[in-house]
Amino acid sequence: MWDYVKLIALGVIAVLAAIAANYARDLAYMVNAIEVMLAAAIAFVFVLRGVGTPKAVNENEYMDGVIRWGVGLTAFWGVVGFLVGVVIASQLAWPWLNFEVLQGIGNFGRLRPLHTSAVIFAFGGTALITTAFYVVQRTSAVRLFGGGLGNFVFWGWQLVIVLAASSYLFGGTQSKEYAEPVWYIDWWIVVVWVAFLIVYAGTIMKRKEPHIYVANWFYLSFIITIAMLHIVNNLAIPVSVLGSQSVQVTSGVQDAMIQWWYGHNAVGFFLTAGFLGMMYYFIPKQAERPVFSYKLSIIHFWALIFLYIWAGPHHLHYTALPDWAQTLGMVFSIVLWMPSWGGMINGLMTLSGAWDKLRTDPIIRMMVVSVGFYGMSTFEGPMMSIKAVNALSHYTDWTIGHVHSGALGWNGMITFGALYFLTPRLWNRAGLYSLKLVSWHFWLATIGIVLYASAMWVTGIMEGLMWREVDANGFLVNAFADTVAAKYPMYVVRALGGVLYLAGGIIMAYNLWMTVKAQPAKAAVNANNAVPAE
Amino acid sequence: MEFYTFLRQLADSWGLLAMTALFLGVCLYAFRPGSRKSHDEAANSIFRNEKRPARDAAPVAGAPNSNRTEA
Repeated sequence: MWDYVKLIALGVIAVLAAIAANYARDLAYMVNAIEVMLAAAIAFVFVLRGVGTPKAVNENEYMDGVIRWGVGLTAFWGVVGFLVGVVIASQLAWPWLNFEVLQGIGNFGRLRPLHTSAVIFAFGGTALITTAFYVVQRTSAVRLFGGGLGNFVFWGWQLVIVLAASSYLFGGTQSKEYAEPVWYIDWWIVVVWVAFLIVYAGTIMKRKEPHIYVANWFYLSFIITIAMLHIVNNLAIPVSVLGSQSVQVTSGVQDAMIQWWYGHNAVGFFLTAGFLGMMYYFIPKQAERPVFSYKLSIIHFWALIFLYIWAGPHHLHYTALPDWAQTLGMVFSIVLWMPSWGGMINGLMTLSGAWDKLRTDPIIRMMVVSVGFYGMSTFEGPMMSIKAVNALSHYTDWTIGHVHSGALGWNGMITFGALYFLTPRLWNRAGLYSLKLVSWHFWLATIGIVLYASAMWVTGIMEGLMWREVDANGFLVNAFADTVAAKYPMYVVRALGGVLYLAGGIIMAYNLWMTVKAQPAKAAVNANNAVPAE
Repeated sequence: MEFYTFLRQLADSWGLLAMTALFLGVCLYAFRPGSRKSHDEAANSIFRNEKRPARDAAPVAGAPNSNRTEA
């Protein structure tokens, strides 16, 4: 019966999407409508093939099918996101790469949000959903709650990625950083995210472990807070149901404040809290030692939750935002340094007594460097939020460098570590295909980040100083184009760093693929699932 | 009183006090006597049930875990 309801709903959606594509007011909307139609059709066929077959759910095994997809797609989106990053870094260094025939699709302005969203929401988001499903099942000792709802969350999120990416290329955007998706994609994100919360909270509620392990606290705060931020920041009224355009409910400085309240907490809860959930699970597991101090992890959690939410105004120093709000944002950003370093120390000290593993285990090395970059960027961030420093750093490439030492160093490396951890376990292989390739990946990625970050420090501070330089009569010395010309060598170094990082990502994808394809399984997954006679 | 002014004053008086007290309470609670045992138990919980779910309800904290599947 339920299958027939699904079939009817999917059929109606496909027909409505076809009609919407026909009457679309803009290209981005039309492309998205066609994609929705295709997605509904694919889901329709998928449901149709399953009609009548009894759906046996074995509560005695974990729901790992969707997690295997997640591991593969995380690696895929990572490579795609890094590739687009290399392309736009090259476009900045050599502007002729903005080809005339691709104007309006493949120029820097269209590709830049594609890069940021591909890395944060496609690579990072898929990694978060995948690891969240893995961790919550293992730490709760129960199968994922909600039956097929977990599949809906995962594939719904993949649809978000495809819709948003194609929308950007064809000009759909609401011009909010990290919140570019247009109104109907925002609505779809809400649906998927609420389902995510139901699956996650449901699994925790039916857990068989007495304690909710700390990684789950971080994941749960990430899910809840992103829902709140996303809904408030995307309050907009569509101009037409048949077009991409919408009008924000708030305007002026209120809108700016809401945007950066969202924007900074997207960093704080998407890229920090969620990935800290990974850190607190995968580092102890890979090191085979419990976390250094469980008490410190609790303090880390609550301090982060109480402080991060106030730090957003530091993105709006010296603007129309009231001074008290700017100062508040600055103070909270500086206070935030403490819990961040508490968490970093907790992650690093988990290895105390097992430091020799750094020499033998490249996966641990990756995780440690990741936590090191977490510490570095959570020191750099508070420093840059100080008004006097911000006067120099804001709007320069220093900010870009800061973001990348966080995203490539912290988020990227911990995700790579998690993928290397997960692949042999999920496919039941004895180990990775090649540890040597992991070492290659490690060094390529690390050197890539170092080149990237150091190039951006130099060019950022240089252009900040050039912008503010005045002569004896009080006139500005440099035109904007002078700074652009001066930045060329650093832009080439940055693109090179990106190429190294991308190469590391491709090596990882190859290594993970061969881990599954070139090695026999130890034993069939869940083969020994019958209850043993004890 | 204007609604904004009311919220503004609530936020930097009772609201601030309540949040600070809650935060300090949470931190102090983590250091309560006897918390070490449950924290050690929680920190080590990730090393079991790796391959398949536990088959029975949660045991009493501190009880031997022989009835749970090992990783």
